[in-house]
Amino acid sequence: MQHGKYRFIVGFLTVPLGLYAIFVVWPFIQSIYYSFTDWTGLSPDFKMVGFDNYKKMFHDDIFWKSLQHSLLFALLLPLVTISLALFFSFMINVGGRRRKGGPAISGVRGSSFYKIVYFFPQVLSIAIVALLFQFAYNPDSGAINSLLHGIGLGSIQPLWLGDPNLALWCVMAVLVWSTVGFFVVLFSAGMASIPADLYEAALLDGAGRATTFFRITLPLLWDTVQSGWVYMGILALGAESFAVVQIMTMGPGGPDYSTTVMVLYVYQTAFRDGQAAYATTIGVALLVVTLLFAAIVMRLGRRERLEF
Amino acid sequence: MKTTKTPAPIPAQPGAAVTKGGAPAGALPRQKREGAVLNVFSHGMLILWAFMVVMPLLWAVLTSFKDDNSIFSSPWALPDKLHFENWSRAWTDANMSSYFLNTVLVVGGSLIGTLVLGSMAAYVLARFDFPGNRFIYYLFIGGMSFPIMLALVPLFYVVNNMGLLNSIHGLILVYIAYSLPFTVFFLTAFFRTLPTSVAEAAFVDGASHTRTFFQIMLPMAKPGLISVGIFNFLGQWNQYMLPTVLNTDPDKHVLTQGLVQLAASQGYKGDWSGLFAGLVMAMLPVLAAYIIFQRQVVQGLTAGALK
Repeated sequence: MQHGKYRFIVGFLTVPLGLYAIFVVWPFIQSIYYSFTDWTGLSPDFKMVGFDNYKKMFHDDIFWKSLQHSLLFALLLPLVTISLALFFSFMINVGGRRRKGGPAISGVRGSSFYKIVYFFPQVLSIAIVALLFQFAYNPDSGAINSLLHGIGLGSIQPLWLGDPNLALWCVMAVLVWSTVGFFVVLFSAGMASIPADLYEAALLDGAGRATTFFRITLPLLWDTVQSGWVYMGILALGAESFAVVQIMTMGPGGPDYSTTVMVLYVYQTAFRDGQAAYATTIGVALLVVTLLFAAIVMRLGRRERLEF
Repeated sequence: MKTTKTPAPIPAQPGAAVTKGGAPAGALPRQKREGAVLNVFSHGMLILWAFMVVMPLLWAVLTSFKDDNSIFSSPWALPDKLHFENWSRAWTDANMSSYFLNTVLVVGGSLIGTLVLGSMAAYVLARFDFPGNRFIYYLFIGGMSFPIMLALVPLFYVVNNMGLLNSIHGLILVYIAYSLPFTVFFLTAFFRTLPTSVAEAAFVDGASHTRTFFQIMLPMAKPGLISVGIFNFLGQWNQYMLPTVLNTDPDKHVLTQGLVQLAASQGYKGDWSGLFAGLVMAMLPVLAAYIIFQRQVVQGLTAGALK
């Protein structure tokens, strides 16, 4: 196997690695460097300014707001999404009634139907989902308010995205809506690999469904839940929250900065305000938050690995 | 999962489950009642969520067939007649056709590029020992957890300096580069699971490394390529952040951008029905593809998280 080995390795790695280095690695390194300059992005001239951008960032109210919202996204969204998904997937896979002569453990009737339907939002672009809900939230003619009207709640007609106290929750609800299905399917696959005799033993000992879930399903599924948590958090800090906030909210990021998130603020500072160097500074803060988040979840979630 | 034949069996009578009470013989009465209440509750929740997922999509389809007046006066009513002209208007006047074409070009090019380059890199990293192997592997993997927006600010100027801004091929190169981390990660693991004996036999018979890869290893890796291909297809088809930054020329817009642009300009034109037709037009092919290739799509999308 040695003949021409290195020529082959170099030949196969050059193009992928080159592309990756030019378009991914190099920009990342540059952005950290630029965060110490006063580069505007518009002219090629800039000089080093040390930590000035970082000082500016610590006194920037909008930055703190966006940090708050991003943290809320990273903590609350996975919590809600994963709890809902665990509940649904447990019901779908284990929650079925025991039928005479059937297996000890079965899913509810129509479980495959639920899995197909729940997964729909996952295949749609988050941009399309955001657009759709922007119209659904429309206070005058949107689907939600007219539905409220239709069922006799005409007096409750919130402004939804126009209300600074509601807007952020509206945006989060859309992200939950679009990601629950993915985790239902993910956890279902995990639950399917838990041996049925464990459930049978628990049932014989008289365990109810809640006990079965907390004592058997959750511990055995813990690894999947944990990596799902990190995955969802990274999405909620990055691309997904950018699309929903940028498309759905007024301004975007409004009203009154009530929905702005870090990733949107980076974009606006760089491409709207022409402060490229300052934008990379906020980007570095976003990087730190993302890595800290992943490290904390992996650390807190560490448990003994269960073999089964 | 033999899901395609399921005749939409919604367990629509949670009440019936209570009265019939099919708990196994010998179960305690308390458990039986508790079970029944739980049953109603959990079935109710499952149905409610299915309803919440489907309703917005149905609403969009309904709206795309209405005229502009009834969209505003009665959002939930059925259309008076099927206004197919919304669809043709969206396709031609609102440039949906060119957004589709751009998306197909970009995704087609970058999907092929991602699979070819990704499998080449993954094969070398999985099967050959050489100094720097681990370093290059972790360099690729690291790209998965970094916030892309951080790189996008300098990337804009990198792409601009290379004269690739607002071009289809520029977008293709960037898509490939940002799809490589997951593709390399997934395929490296996959190539490791394949037996080495076949490749060795081919090598003994005088095949070169390159020929062994293309004629022996790639066909063997087909299941992995399909999974990661579907993952990348959906990710690239639905991509919004990269084109928003790197592709600002309206003629080169991809679907997601085009629709957002269209929505923003509707404030002046007021063609809401056309916009909804555009939205549904963009949704349907992906949903249809999902329903047909359901098993593979689910496998492709969840494979990464389970590894």
